[in-house]
Amino acid sequence: MLRLLNLELQKLLLNRASKVLIFISFILPFTVLILSSIKINFFGLFTLELGELGIFNFPIIWHITTFFASQFKFFFAIVVVSMIGNEYSNKTIKQNLIDGLSKKEFILSKFYTIVFFSLIATLLIGIATLCIGLYYSSYTELSIIFRETNFLLAYFVKLVGFFSLCLCLAMLVKRSAFALGALFVLYIVEWIIFGVMAWQTGTETAEKIQGFFPLKSMYNLIKQPFQRVMITKFPDKTEMMYDYAVHSSDIIIVLVWTAIFVFLSHKLLMKRDL
Amino acid sequence: MAGILTIHNLTKKFGALTAVNNLSFTIKKGNVYGILGPNGSGKSTTLGIVLNVVNKTSGDFSWFGGDISTHDALKKVGAIIERPNFYPYMTAEQNLKLVCKIKGIDFSKIEEKLDVVGLLDRKNSKFQTFSLGMKQRLAIASALLNDPEILILDEPTNGLDPQGIHQIREIIKQIAQNGTTILLASHLLDEVEKVCTHVVVLRKGVKLYSGRVDEMIASHGFFELKAENVTALKTFLETNDTFGTITEDHGVLKVLLNEPLEALELNKILFEKGIVLSHLVKRKQSLEEQFLQLTDNQ
Repeated sequence: MLRLLNLELQKLLLNRASKVLIFISFILPFTVLILSSIKINFFGLFTLELGELGIFNFPIIWHITTFFASQFKFFFAIVVVSMIGNEYSNKTIKQNLIDGLSKKEFILSKFYTIVFFSLIATLLIGIATLCIGLYYSSYTELSIIFRETNFLLAYFVKLVGFFSLCLCLAMLVKRSAFALGALFVLYIVEWIIFGVMAWQTGTETAEKIQGFFPLKSMYNLIKQPFQRVMITKFPDKTEMMYDYAVHSSDIIIVLVWTAIFVFLSHKLLMKRDL
Repeated sequence: MAGILTIHNLTKKFGALTAVNNLSFTIKKGNVYGILGPNGSGKSTTLGIVLNVVNKTSGDFSWFGGDISTHDALKKVGAIIERPNFYPYMTAEQNLKLVCKIKGIDFSKIEEKLDVVGLLDRKNSKFQTFSLGMKQRLAIASALLNDPEILILDEPTNGLDPQGIHQIREIIKQIAQNGTTILLASHLLDEVEKVCTHVVVLRKGVKLYSGRVDEMIASHGFFELKAENVTALKTFLETNDTFGTITEDHGVLKVLLNEPLEALELNKILFEKGIVLSHLVKRKQSLEEQFLQLTDNQ
């Protein structure tokens, strides 16, 4: 396993474009997080301090940081599709196989890399959140701090699932740009199917089924936190209540999709003549 | 002699086209094999199948007696297919390190092999800066990294200039002298004739011949003759059993031999018969002529 990870890391880290993208995908959410946590003074007119909104309180901070950090997953998605696209355009995938890498090992080395970077991203966000939270949060009891850390797990699963989807699409179309296009098409297709279902069976059933779609199920892992922030401000508005928690059912759905994507990638490669 | 690669009834179809048809042969240790055939005869497809990049339609092949999986076997094989494929943004050395990691060997051989192909001074240059000849030589270095039991080369001199072709041939000869088994696919016949001991001739995916090169060129050669008195010469040749078919081309008679006969002897006999030659050359049929004969007949 280490050998395969090591192989892929060499391919990635010696490539300037992917090095920059990896750097961005880690540093950007980090910077945004840090910037948002400092007090910003607008020319003495007023000061903006997001911390005062209570969004850096435990446990809601876990929800907020993981939600925003996951918006930056696109940068690493580009790395994932290009690491497949490059292998095809340089024909190095052929050379790798001739040199004695099995097709299974080839897919696994990509998958391990995805898991590896998702893990690092999760750890970084976890540590940053903990620091900012400890600094700002009004509640610092251990039980409150570590409540809702399952958002971190959701974040990790979400990243692995999303990048596995990118891996599968890239294996399918062989070109990085087309793979990103396919991702966008999938997004639209999901909404069209949802629309048709909502029209045929009613919104409620359609929403339930939509929860099983790959992109929607990944989104469902960490739902938008804005409404929740509002609720904390105006606790009496009960009509705004919604289910924001991380459900193990959602995690299982995404894990199943991940397995399907990795399996399909392998199947595709096995069937293909290079 | 130990068998390195055994191919048994291998078939590959691309839709309606049959690229490789029921092909069987065995590669034994220590020989230099050539796979000959015109473009599109299934050479590269056959190599692709045994190298795990093309899926077979039916049939079998086994490496080293069949005890290990194909991808593990390939770690003991060095192979270059068509075009050298490396990561353009890595240096020569980094590319070779990657190959070492795939094959699971240490980096100690990198410098030595770069030296063999004459690229040691360029080891820190990026692959994308290399000329085609250098890329091809790097590919050979990469194939040699694990001191392979067999080296597979598919059209190694394709697209190179005469100097490049010469360099690659010298390297191949050197490797062959060290006792490494080589399998060389090419449509350049003189190339195969120069380095190979055994050949497999393919056409449209079908095996036409397999065996030793010198047995393929088994004829006793032919004479090219010219004389003042052509009719007398012709009559003599036609009445003698030593000679086979006679063809005339611009006044030069081309006579195939049925049994061995030295030029000196023929000259003596003819002179005694009163036929004086103005032109006498004894030649062996080249692999090319043999090959064309073989592929035309069928």
